[in-house]
Amino acid sequence: MAPRLKLFLPLILFVAMAAFLFRGLSLDPQALPSALIDQPLPEFSLPVLGQEQLIQRSDLLGEVALLNVWATWCVSCRVEHPYLLQIAQDGVPIYGLNYKDDDAAAARWLTQLGDPYRANIADREGSLGLDLGVYGAPETYLLDAAGVVRYRHVGVVDERVWQTILQPLYLELTGEGSGG
Amino acid sequence: MNVLVRVTLLGLLLLSGAAGAVIETYEFSDPELEQRYRQLSTELRCPKCQNQNIADSNAPISQDLRKLLYQQLEAGANDEEILDYMVARYGEFVRYRPRFSGATAVLWLAPLLLLLVGVTAAVLTLRSRRSQPGPAASLSRDDEQRLQDLLGKTEKDS
Repeated sequence: MAPRLKLFLPLILFVAMAAFLFRGLSLDPQALPSALIDQPLPEFSLPVLGQEQLIQRSDLLGEVALLNVWATWCVSCRVEHPYLLQIAQDGVPIYGLNYKDDDAAAARWLTQLGDPYRANIADREGSLGLDLGVYGAPETYLLDAAGVVRYRHVGVVDERVWQTILQPLYLELTGEGSGG
Repeated sequence: MNVLVRVTLLGLLLLSGAAGAVIETYEFSDPELEQRYRQLSTELRCPKCQNQNIADSNAPISQDLRKLLYQQLEAGANDEEILDYMVARYGEFVRYRPRFSGATAVLWLAPLLLLLVGVTAAVLTLRSRRSQPGPAASLSRDDEQRLQDLLGKTEKDS
């Protein structure tokens, strides 16, 4: 029995490796879990894009919302922009974090392509981005009504991402809010 | 004269290499801080490029992290505080030497385990090979007889 088992050892090893490698095919090695999941959104006080007025963490609280990190230098942001307009139209509150960008260019972008955002935080130095652990735009954070980060999506938010990942979480959180 | 030129050229060559390795240079108030800056920037991983440390990476996020590292060192933070700060934002991933915990136990222990498995396998194989009787001795008495007969036959034939 033992020598026979030995014969099958390479096959067993192969199958085990194949299983791991197959699983790896559908994993995104670039996707990192955010260190901020289930942590409160960091405090900040930054200007609203194009204005003198400051916006704070407390201005984002009260309802479940998305916080979208974007910039005009970010090519993928342009890709996801039309879809953000669409979900904003459906009533999802989206706040923008204009990350290390030029204010004038960002304002132009919004007038040309449409503005899906409730408000835009102008993070010119990337300080809030740093506190959030942003490592590349676009990133989209799902905040609950108390301002706790519930999910972070790195990359483009499109129909597939919204419907399979973000929307179910969003609905779950809003459902919780109205239920109690 | 010739030697002097050579030495100068060599010096220039070395200098250019050092300049290329770091993208921006920071002036440290204390050489000890610079030493720690070098140490920490090779130990922190770039979250964007993943297989580079922030000292090697040219990604904007690495530049930001280097700047932050510099500021924190100059502000007098110790290594532990700086690493905690980074981990709080980018997760344990940002360290090339993550803290030992439930999640990283496999990472830390796997090499040791694999070494143990390898050594055990090697020892077992060597032992079984040594204790195995030689092939001649494993022949039964009849086979031995046949072998001798055959050998004798070939000898006679030739």
